[in-house]
Amino acid sequence: MQTKLTAPAVLDREFLEMRAKVLQLAASFDRLDRAEGAVEGDSRLTQLAQAIQLLQSERPDKAEEVQMIFSRAFSPNWRDELGVDQHV
Amino acid sequence: MYYFDPHIHMVSRTTDDYETLAKMGCVGMSEPAFWAGFDRGSVESFRDYFRQLTDFEMKRAAQYGIQHYTWLCINAKEAENVELSREIIAMIPEFLDLPNVLGIGEIGLNKNTRNESVIFLEHMELAITHQQQILIHTPHLEDKYQGTRMILDMLCGDARLDRSRVLVDHVEEHTVRHVLDAGFWAGMTLYPVSKCTPARAADMIEMYGPDRLLVNSAGDWGPSKPTAVPDFVLEMRRRGHAESLIRKIVYENPLTFFRQSQNFQFTPPDVLAESPVEG
Repeated sequence: MQTKLTAPAVLDREFLEMRAKVLQLAASFDRLDRAEGAVEGDSRLTQLAQAIQLLQSERPDKAEEVQMIFSRAFSPNWRDELGVDQHV
Repeated sequence: MYYFDPHIHMVSRTTDDYETLAKMGCVGMSEPAFWAGFDRGSVESFRDYFRQLTDFEMKRAAQYGIQHYTWLCINAKEAENVELSREIIAMIPEFLDLPNVLGIGEIGLNKNTRNESVIFLEHMELAITHQQQILIHTPHLEDKYQGTRMILDMLCGDARLDRSRVLVDHVEEHTVRHVLDAGFWAGMTLYPVSKCTPARAADMIEMYGPDRLLVNSAGDWGPSKPTAVPDFVLEMRRRGHAESLIRKIVYENPLTFFRQSQNFQFTPPDVLAESPVEG
């Protein structure tokens, strides 16, 4: 199923909202810069940088990929690692 | 448009909210048992909570023409207490034959721990033994992907389970495909900061189609919006989607899923309106 809206219609409808979200992000980074203390090396900043970089890509699943940047990894061996038996 | 909210915590809401939901077209809802914001200390606390879900809320909803259903369990957060969890699981069958009980839920994981997994499996066993449907909570934020995959592993590891009778809730862009591909129903929770927005839910409908997908508000004691499902309806309309498609997602899909529960005796409001008046 495709979206019913054309690309120009989506941009017309969402431009101001997207602009506002980018501005909010920019202001948050400015606020971090002005604040006392240091957060260099905080892994959350690395995640944010990766996510922002991904927005520039051409891939069609950017929302899913951004989610994965902020997700803990899944281990297929989790049962052995936690000691969980399927049968109760 | 009539709609059915398949996941909303009305014990946390005021009676005014019931009135508002009724005015916006809500004709039915299901309320899973969940965390109260603090850890409860005894099995008797849960017995009282289950009485509230199976009696009081049903009556409160009925005052506004809303048919209220519920699910019972100990939630993932309190499941860390294995001893208490087992006492509650042993008590749940007392309530399973009550008229608004649809099944076991919302069970799931919170921090993806061993204890949570063990209690999840014991809830699964309870549901299978008593032929109950299951409603599942998936974790939030960074724990969601890992926890959802663990949950799917446990569900798919038991051949006795009928996957069409299981709803995996709070799916987002990185988990919805895994849930649908495995044959389960998936719920998208419309929530202001964590979880999903109406626009992103509409995106997922456009990407995956409307089959086995539900939308809900979760409306609880946290920052949440009990009228989020009508927001989704509006978003779909603004995108030009057909009324029949929207109705399928917010009304027909919930009924199709819930009708698999032996206690689901939903009477559509148009049928109620045509019933002869006695006396």
